[in-house]
Amino acid sequence: MTDEPLLRVTALSKYYGSRIGCEDISFDLWPGEVLAIVGESGSGKTTLLNCLSTRLLPTSGTASYRMRDGQWRDLYRMSEAERRFLMRTDWGFVHQNPADGLRMTVSAGANVGERLMAVGDRHYGNIRATAVDWLGRVEIDEARIDDEPRAFSGGMRQRLQIARNLVTGPRLVFMDEPTGGLDVSVQARLLDLLRGLVTDLGLAAIVVTHDLAVARLLSQRMMVMKDGHVVEAGLTDRVLDDPRAPYTQLLVSSILQV
Amino acid sequence: MATPLIVSEVSKAFTMHLRGGIRLPVVANVSFSVRAGECAVLGGPSGAGKSSILKMVYGNYGVDQGQIIVDHHGQLVDLATANPRTVLSVRRDTIGYVSQFLRTVPRVSALGVVAEPLVARGTERSEAHARASELLGRLNLPERLWSLPPATFSGGEQQRVNIARGFITDHPVLLLDEPTASLDATNREVVIGLIEEKKLKGVALLGIFHDADVREAVADRIIDVTTFAAGKVAA
Amino acid sequence: MSDIATYNFAYLDEQTKRMIRRAILKGIAIPGYQVPFASREMPMPYGWGTGGVQVTAAIIGPEDVLKVIDQGADDTTNAVSIRAFFQKVADVAVTTETAKATIIQTRHRIPEYPLTEGQTLVYQVPIPEPLRFLEPRETETRKMHALEEYGLMHVKLYEDIARHGRIATTYAYPVKVEGRYVMDPSPTPKFDNPKMHMSPALQLFGAGREKRIYAVPPFTRVVSLDFEDHPFEIQTFDQPCALCGAAQVYLDEVILDDKGGHMFVCSDTDHCETRQACGHRGHLSPDILEPAQ
Repeated sequence: MTDEPLLRVTALSKYYGSRIGCEDISFDLWPGEVLAIVGESGSGKTTLLNCLSTRLLPTSGTASYRMRDGQWRDLYRMSEAERRFLMRTDWGFVHQNPADGLRMTVSAGANVGERLMAVGDRHYGNIRATAVDWLGRVEIDEARIDDEPRAFSGGMRQRLQIARNLVTGPRLVFMDEPTGGLDVSVQARLLDLLRGLVTDLGLAAIVVTHDLAVARLLSQRMMVMKDGHVVEAGLTDRVLDDPRAPYTQLLVSSILQV
Repeated sequence: MATPLIVSEVSKAFTMHLRGGIRLPVVANVSFSVRAGECAVLGGPSGAGKSSILKMVYGNYGVDQGQIIVDHHGQLVDLATANPRTVLSVRRDTIGYVSQFLRTVPRVSALGVVAEPLVARGTERSEAHARASELLGRLNLPERLWSLPPATFSGGEQQRVNIARGFITDHPVLLLDEPTASLDATNREVVIGLIEEKKLKGVALLGIFHDADVREAVADRIIDVTTFAAGKVAA
Repeated sequence: MSDIATYNFAYLDEQTKRMIRRAILKGIAIPGYQVPFASREMPMPYGWGTGGVQVTAAIIGPEDVLKVIDQGADDTTNAVSIRAFFQKVADVAVTTETAKATIIQTRHRIPEYPLTEGQTLVYQVPIPEPLRFLEPRETETRKMHALEEYGLMHVKLYEDIARHGRIATTYAYPVKVEGRYVMDPSPTPKFDNPKMHMSPALQLFGAGREKRIYAVPPFTRVVSLDFEDHPFEIQTFDQPCALCGAAQVYLDEVILDDKGGHMFVCSDTDHCETRQACGHRGHLSPDILEPAQ
């Protein structure tokens, strides 16, 4: 682990008029660390994720990111060009619905290659070879490279979305319910794949999920949100094995045992 | 350092918010230390708080009061108040843990499960796998199982994978939560042997053993957990 | 033509022309940038060149000589109608000869005869946004132009190679103008793309339905996008023009009968006729098939 965090969030708040989206959120995220944000619908976890990923501007507070050159930058003071560049190179965003993160009408290969072309890769052969490699890493048969994601199953689409995000070697990936809407068996495979990729690539990730099992499997650290506030935070197994806040205890006790 | 683990005046209670906020005291004033090269065993009946103490030392349970001092990279760290990142670092390099049950991960082979702590510490995958094979061999896990995910293994097989995973690293402190519970006599002997080797290497071991034979064989000292019963001070 | 008094010169009112000229000037100042303009209803349907006609109407003067081509031909419906329109509403001289024209309004070709300084080529454009194929949101495409995010353009070319083994886009082939804006050259064959590069003529593009004007000033760099390992190439033809024998020109296939008979002839009719007048002959030239008696 390096001595400096990757992302520093201080007193971040987002209000929708007088309604609280999320309020006074502060935390640091270190390289290679996976943070799970859990909570029920409406708890503000997605608002927080969207603020962190600069898809939404917070009402107040700051978020600083350590760029690849080591410089700290205030995310909300960067120009839009810089932010968009960051989002397609050093960051990834995995949507719950793969159709939101994929181009459904272009081939799987082009979906993976788009980021490479966006940063100036102009060699078709290399782009395609990289796409083949990444399809393999997310367990999609190379023979499907020229198929459109429309012809893919939900699990395959989600894996393609992951490959599309990881091809530029990002250091930070945001995930919004990455396993939501998938069959349990498909979920397990995806989680396992994600877990492997996160470990192998040393990715830092912020994963929003309402599924505590997902949090347990993927994250080292978690924050529990309710009504826009963080009610409990800490090591994932500490929070899950010894929940302190009333709401966390309710969440943990609500898990169905199989 | 001769005493890598010092537990000092630690208290723990659970507050059950779902049951009207009742407070269940677990232990109070827990104080002991474990020296390098010794195996201290937590003794006492079920429910006395042995597992809770182990979990506090590993960080799974929060600590209400007191300190848990561990020698981490030559620095003293208080696990009771350490931030999550420090706890993770301590777990990676200083405190190992053999839990009672294996938390299996789908699609990762037994060999991979065992080798993982070494890989996480930067050991080459091939070398980590070689050491994992050696340990699984010693624990008499049939070689045909090594490449399979342990989810479908029997209790004893899973336990051996778990033990191998816990013993593969050279953490200076090793926590053992009933490692021999579902093992046959032969494999219990293997585990006793492994514990002896750790002691010789100067590892401080803290364990729970219900099996009296194993306890007799490995324990240098019994820490009687009933003396930390929460009721005694809670009043 | 006394009834012409009911129209202003060149059909559009002066305020409208001024508005369009401002858009044109802005387009020239920012080569390749699509300038929005308040496109007017014209006395012809969308798709028949309303954008080009408005640009021509805004720049044409009584001294201008107008040539109008449709797929290279001066004598097809669209070309004839637009030529007649400007004869009627502006009373300007018209020609079919490229060299004599000061303004050439074109639908989907650039004349073979090299353009010169002082000439203006006005393109009729159906869909001005080159990124539209992959990104339907106008807000997003505008942002992509503003931030020079053109990776998506190569996604389209990638798809071509993946599906066809080569860049199969043959018309509306995207170009980068002066190293900055990616531009749709209108559905001209990519054969004509190299002619846009450093052209001495002014090139103006009008999209009536989409309400956009853009421009390439004279002597501007226009580069066709490609991959290092799949460089840009223009179409080549196996045989010369069947009528005038010209090679290295863009050819149209003409069906001769219902038995599969066909020939390839110049798509630029003026170029073909000029060559024939100079005595050039192709293998299906009437003179050769039925020698003059």
